[in-house]
Amino acid sequence: MKIGVVTFPGTLDDRDAARAVRHAGGEAIALWHNDADLHGVDAVILPGGFSYGDYLRCGAISRFSPVMEPIIKAAQGGMPLLGICNGFQVLAEAHLIPGALTRNHELHFLCHDQKVTIENTNTAWTSSFSQGQEIVIPLKNGEGAFMCDDETLAMLEGEGRIVARYVGENPNGSRNFIAGVTNERGNIVGLMPHPEHAIDSLTGPSADGLGFFTSVLKALVK
Amino acid sequence: MAKIVVDVMLKPEILDPQGKAVAAALPRLGFTFAKDVRQGKRFEIEIDGEPTAAQLAEVEAAAEKLLSNPVIENFTVRVEK
Repeated sequence: MKIGVVTFPGTLDDRDAARAVRHAGGEAIALWHNDADLHGVDAVILPGGFSYGDYLRCGAISRFSPVMEPIIKAAQGGMPLLGICNGFQVLAEAHLIPGALTRNHELHFLCHDQKVTIENTNTAWTSSFSQGQEIVIPLKNGEGAFMCDDETLAMLEGEGRIVARYVGENPNGSRNFIAGVTNERGNIVGLMPHPEHAIDSLTGPSADGLGFFTSVLKALVK
Repeated sequence: MAKIVVDVMLKPEILDPQGKAVAAALPRLGFTFAKDVRQGKRFEIEIDGEPTAAQLAEVEAAAEKLLSNPVIENFTVRVEK
């Protein structure tokens, strides 16, 4: 199974994301922001970082880069798409998932190991987890506060589209402690914390993050 | 030459931590007038000649698509003399 990992100018976590894909047993394919060809991949990861220097708004410029056109089209057709951190911001800017990510409520850049619960195991990226499972993966962001209007929030809660929620103190001011959401179909997931940095205990706080990558490989086999 | 100004502000219901930080800093400097501060973005767009209605409509479209995120922000477009 080929999983594409996009590199925008300013992307930081593409190598870890590709490593996580390989660790899970998949083949990682590097995708370049300026190349509108998806090279036959079965799924795509938009990794974290500061694409285009976070100019204008985080993800606002990357969202219009050439590679995004075929990605948006494929994801709307059901291709699994995971946006992590800056990738989540790109998904929000592309309106592939509802809501937006805004500045952390305390203004500080966060970087710590974060406990989150997995609340929806029916997405392409979370089937390896059990409902309500607590995992620990790194959280590092400056603009990670998930915002949406009351109506959208009620819709997300009502349809079970909250994929992950922060446990303990709200780290960044996200509404309802939201750490990750999915689209209606469950193939697109946006996630603020970083599973790709937690795939083995040698390099991460846990191996809990690996489940996102094994999940998508299972989803693609089906 | 004319200047078209696009002001982008977070919607009133969206928390603005930067504005809050500025509001907290003002009284520390002895400025006690502010009840609240909201921080936004301003785009100054220069064009040749006087803007036509069609050009202003294009700027509106660009403000909607790129300069602002309608999920969290409002914008205004005006011509500065």
